[in-house]
Amino acid sequence: MNSEILISVQKLSRSYGQQRAIEDVSFDIHRGEILGFLGPNGAGKSTTMQIICGVLAAHHGSVNINGYDINEAPQLAKNHIGFLPEEPPLYNDLTVNEYLNYTAKLRGIKKNDLIGAVSLSKERCGLENVGSRLIQNLSKGYKQRVGIAQAIIHSPSVIILDEPTSGLDPIQIREIRELMRELGEDHSVILSTHILSEVHSLCDRVLIIDQGHIVLDQSLNQLENSSTEPDSIEIGLRNPPKLESLLCIEGIASVKNINKETLRINFNTKSNMIDTIVKKSISENWGLFKLKPEGTSLEETFMRLTHDDSDRLEKKIIQND
Amino acid sequence: MINNISLIAINELRRLFKSPFAWIILATTQFLMAIFFYLLLSQYMGASSVTSGLTDIVVSGMYQIYGVIMLLISPLLTMRLITEERRLGTIKLLVSSPITITELVLGKYFGIMIFYCLILLMINLMPVSLMFGTQLDLGQIASGLIGLLLLMSTFAAIGLFISSLTSSPAIASISTFGVLFLLWIINFAGINASESMAEVFAYMSLLKHYTNLLTGVFNSVDVLFYIIVSFFFIILSIWRLDAERIYG
Repeated sequence: MNSEILISVQKLSRSYGQQRAIEDVSFDIHRGEILGFLGPNGAGKSTTMQIICGVLAAHHGSVNINGYDINEAPQLAKNHIGFLPEEPPLYNDLTVNEYLNYTAKLRGIKKNDLIGAVSLSKERCGLENVGSRLIQNLSKGYKQRVGIAQAIIHSPSVIILDEPTSGLDPIQIREIRELMRELGEDHSVILSTHILSEVHSLCDRVLIIDQGHIVLDQSLNQLENSSTEPDSIEIGLRNPPKLESLLCIEGIASVKNINKETLRINFNTKSNMIDTIVKKSISENWGLFKLKPEGTSLEETFMRLTHDDSDRLEKKIIQND
Repeated sequence: MINNISLIAINELRRLFKSPFAWIILATTQFLMAIFFYLLLSQYMGASSVTSGLTDIVVSGMYQIYGVIMLLISPLLTMRLITEERRLGTIKLLVSSPITITELVLGKYFGIMIFYCLILLMINLMPVSLMFGTQLDLGQIASGLIGLLLLMSTFAAIGLFISSLTSSPAIASISTFGVLFLLWIINFAGINASESMAEVFAYMSLLKHYTNLLTGVFNSVDVLFYIIVSFFFIILSIWRLDAERIYG
């Protein structure tokens, strides 16, 4: 991976009236990197993305895109950005071709390159067959693709996609992910989502934001390596033993019945617990038929980082009672 | 700069004509004006003694009525200029593109002005048809046309600004109509006021300056009045959209 920095975000802060949306957000994006922007609803993902694209202005801090400051040289900086907002910005009464022609011109593509740019972006997004259809008659998945086509039409160095897969069916999600993976090969991509598996399958780096603060900024490899064993497993036993006897095994924190034959086991140590359970199952004839590690490390990290505060809040409320 | 403005303007026009809206408006104004054209013409033909000329009665009379019709129709045309971009979310597309807010606002303004010119062109076919049979006072017509264009420009600029304030087309249209109507009749506010105040109110009226131009009195003050008002509201729209990035 080339280490050239394409976007540098420094100490961004922004509030809506009294409410702080983001505070002190800083990160860099390198060329060819796919950055997953994770966070619960209302954490400040969209705000951050809109500030990077110049749709909103930051109250403090700066955004530098490919060497151009978004406030000082907005026109030059925006040339390098393709943005897909949460709602794809489409004119329903235009056809796909008309719309893409218009957006290409908006992005400053010269007349000679126009046809090539439009057809390339249509091809990449699988829109060849719907070029002359009205956007309002397209399905949601196709509309989303038109939105993405609009964002990549000028082959920007950075593509910013705000929840590109929300509201799509599984097949469409897979297609759009495929497309994003392809785009990630020669563009930098920032994509926001609250679907963890998406980050897993696509991203090189994860950024978790919660209540306006960045709480994690790590490459996915680092994150995976930091804990290879799961915290809990789902286990299926034909002759489950008493829960108490399971709890006696050292290292098991809690056991919960999901149904008659399936249990969820939480560990408090991570060393070789699965091994111990399998050995036990054989020696005591529990009839093990299913063993499913639960909770990827990303999910744990996400839960730990973003749910701490709300837990505390709940506890406070309980104490008040 | 010019490229981007014309791009926005052309897209505005294209989207206007994609819906039946633009066609209906063209048809309605044409139909209404044809009725008035006929009425005015028969009034002139039937007059027992000639007090004023054909141009005065028919052409200026038509322009006078056309101003009122546009007062009613213009808010419907300008209401969607910015509100719709907001509703569709396409404002984000425009703002994240390498065009400036000034280009965006000017593009919208010129887009709607081109449409107004188109209506004007259609309407003027009727008086022009008189030229086959008689002589018209072309100077007075030109003065009236300039007046109309300036009036339209003011309507467009005020509508554009109000459209930039809200995301609801209905609110934009009703407020625009309210403001235009107020500015139209504000000279009545001076009826009971002192003479100097009455003059101020009369001066602010959109109608008064228009009437001057219609009668063929080409006064640069009247022209400047409309240009300044248009300019003022266009700049306000630019400021408003710019401020939205910071406070919105």
